[in-house]
Amino acid sequence: MDFHLSKEQEDIRKAAESFAEGECDPDLISEWEREYRFPIAIWQKACELGFIGMHIPEEYGGQGLGLLENALVFEAFCRKDSGVGLALALSDLGSEIILKYGTQKQKKMTLPSICSGKTISTLAYLEEGQRDEVGFFETKAIEQGDGFLIQGNKKFVFNLTLPGPAVVMCRLSGNSEKGETAAFLFDKNAEGLVPEVLGDRVGMRMIPMGNLTFADLNIPHEGLLGNRGDGQSQLALSLSEMNIKASAVGTGIAQGAFDMALAYAHRRIQFGRKIASFEAIRGRLTDMATRIELSRLLTHKAAWSFDRKSGDSKLPEMAKAVASETALKVAQDALHIFGGYGYVVDYRIERFYRDASMVDIIGLPGHSNKKSLANHVIGRI
Amino acid sequence: MDFHLTPKQKAVKEMSRRFAREVIAPRAEEFERTGEHPYDIVSQMADLGMMGIPFPKKYGGGDGDWVSMTLCIEELSRVDMLPAVILDVTVTGAAHALYLFGTEEQKQRWLVPLIQGKTLGAMGLTEPDAGSDVSSIRTTAVLEGEQWRINGSKQFITNTGLKNNSIVIVAAKTRRESDGKDVICTIIVPTDSPGYKVGGKYEKLGMRATSNHELFFDDCRVPKDYLLGDISKGFSYQMSSLQAGRIAIGALSTGLAQACFDEAFTFIRKRIKGRQSLFDSQAIPFMLADIAMRIELSRNMYLKAAWLKDQGENHTMEAHFAKLYASETATRIATEVLQIFSPHGCLEEYPIARFFRGAKLNEIVEGTSEMQRLIIARELLK
Repeated sequence: MDFHLSKEQEDIRKAAESFAEGECDPDLISEWEREYRFPIAIWQKACELGFIGMHIPEEYGGQGLGLLENALVFEAFCRKDSGVGLALALSDLGSEIILKYGTQKQKKMTLPSICSGKTISTLAYLEEGQRDEVGFFETKAIEQGDGFLIQGNKKFVFNLTLPGPAVVMCRLSGNSEKGETAAFLFDKNAEGLVPEVLGDRVGMRMIPMGNLTFADLNIPHEGLLGNRGDGQSQLALSLSEMNIKASAVGTGIAQGAFDMALAYAHRRIQFGRKIASFEAIRGRLTDMATRIELSRLLTHKAAWSFDRKSGDSKLPEMAKAVASETALKVAQDALHIFGGYGYVVDYRIERFYRDASMVDIIGLPGHSNKKSLANHVIGRI
Repeated sequence: MDFHLTPKQKAVKEMSRRFAREVIAPRAEEFERTGEHPYDIVSQMADLGMMGIPFPKKYGGGDGDWVSMTLCIEELSRVDMLPAVILDVTVTGAAHALYLFGTEEQKQRWLVPLIQGKTLGAMGLTEPDAGSDVSSIRTTAVLEGEQWRINGSKQFITNTGLKNNSIVIVAAKTRRESDGKDVICTIIVPTDSPGYKVGGKYEKLGMRATSNHELFFDDCRVPKDYLLGDISKGFSYQMSSLQAGRIAIGALSTGLAQACFDEAFTFIRKRIKGRQSLFDSQAIPFMLADIAMRIELSRNMYLKAAWLKDQGENHTMEAHFAKLYASETATRIATEVLQIFSPHGCLEEYPIARFFRGAKLNEIVEGTSEMQRLIIARELLK
């Protein structure tokens, strides 16, 4: 056992913290958030400095590091700003499938541009009426002479209208054996796609998110990622990666909310004393810090395990469940410590609270994640 | 013991429920989106007698009780917190104090139009450095001949900055002439008084249409006889208003929790298909069972506090139990229901997003949960 981060990991964490400190101008960010705008400028700088796609090998534009390093970076970003952190953490969705299953050509075509800040990728995997099962898709890929015809609807697709590559999970039909699942690579600007951005939402407002209808999208044979029938394991891999990122994001949001609440508790005087001197406030802050530590430990363990290619879905699912609950609970408590000010937008803590409520929708949303976790802990009966 | 509502209480509850469903529900999203005060709704509420439920007929009231008043608040909140808050603040923040401590002339002049719905009332207690810590207020009132001169500022004051907001009941420090001691007094400040200024509106997490403002008193002058009751009892008057307000927050939170339950119930009924039995899906139905149980406990608590108030009995502990339990419960329920809806809950197209953003407020207003615990603990140790 060794709980230390390596010197390199420490340096990465510090670099990410000072980057976020320098780049996150609260007024500018509030404006972007109000207008539902992606933080393009910060994202591009983060890419230039190598913070995005860290676990992607150097030959594809990444740093060749692990998901643990990724987690350290996104925790640091979210700690400084929940909205920017979320947007940056999810800017390379789907790249895991491309990296592990893609051909050399597919990888060369997509990964370098994702890492260098030219494109923002996504993964379309959630569907309406989805049974709480990984690998159930209604979206059809009909195999025809020169390729596949994709038809169906995906829900809650992140980065929907930002230009870049995307991966869609489908069920094969036509010439292929029925029921097999597969992933396909396509461009978000392709013909045959109808994106519908969802309007007002509680948080996560800097990420364009919505439904994507596939109205006869043509994908050539080279668009197939991996083999027919790989869909289920591809999605499981991607969900593990997303769950770990969600855990890092949740831990970071919680830490950021805690930082603000702690500073406020030292500032605010009531009954002639700093409120940080009251036992009830001390107890609340202490519980918050404890929860954050638990969430961080599980996040790091899940990332460490992922980097050792364990293929274990359980830890990432547990980490995400804990971190999303922690983010919400800690942000709620932090807002509470601010009293009436917590409710006022200018104090920024309400935004952490709103964003914290969205961590859960990354990967499989709440109850579905718990059901999947139960299957991994207990097995199907 | 009798847990039944009287026919009159039942009638108020049903009237409120119908009004909330038919008139408020279709407009709730609009208020939240525009952040505008629902003048027309408030005047309809007054026409139905909601502003005067617990007050005597001679002031235009309904000769009813606080059980009915809080039932009405719960039913409104079950659809949207906004009208419930406007009603709560007018009744517990202004009308209640005028009725209990005002002179006959003050009642005729200010209480009657409040009950008629011609005007709205506000209570000016909170300051930048004094919320729950009432004795730290810095606003001062000095009696100069026949006039009070008030200086200072208040913040987060609800129901202000509206064209029909007639008065703010302001807590201020003043020197008692008899012995030169500093005391807290309560003065009725009409909103057209010279030197009374309303600051900017707050941009908030939720409840965007409640009209909260900072208030400034800049050599604000009001006649001497606008003092409410005894000059040195301002603190206890404020506490009395807060106590009534805490029962109301209990009712408001119960309504909000019920609203979340209603949403979740409809959503789950649609999702759990006919052939799937409860035994196949336990997690969420069990969550619903817990939610229903906690709502029932919240409701019983605020009703007991209101009933004790109606009996004229001490209900300090019960009022704080109601506020503390119901508000924390409602936030927890809103959070759980948001998760039940996940990922749909985070979209503003479902009312649950509005409920979630609104919920946290009830743990903060009328004294944070810490204040409730402090007062309960103090009562226990008496």
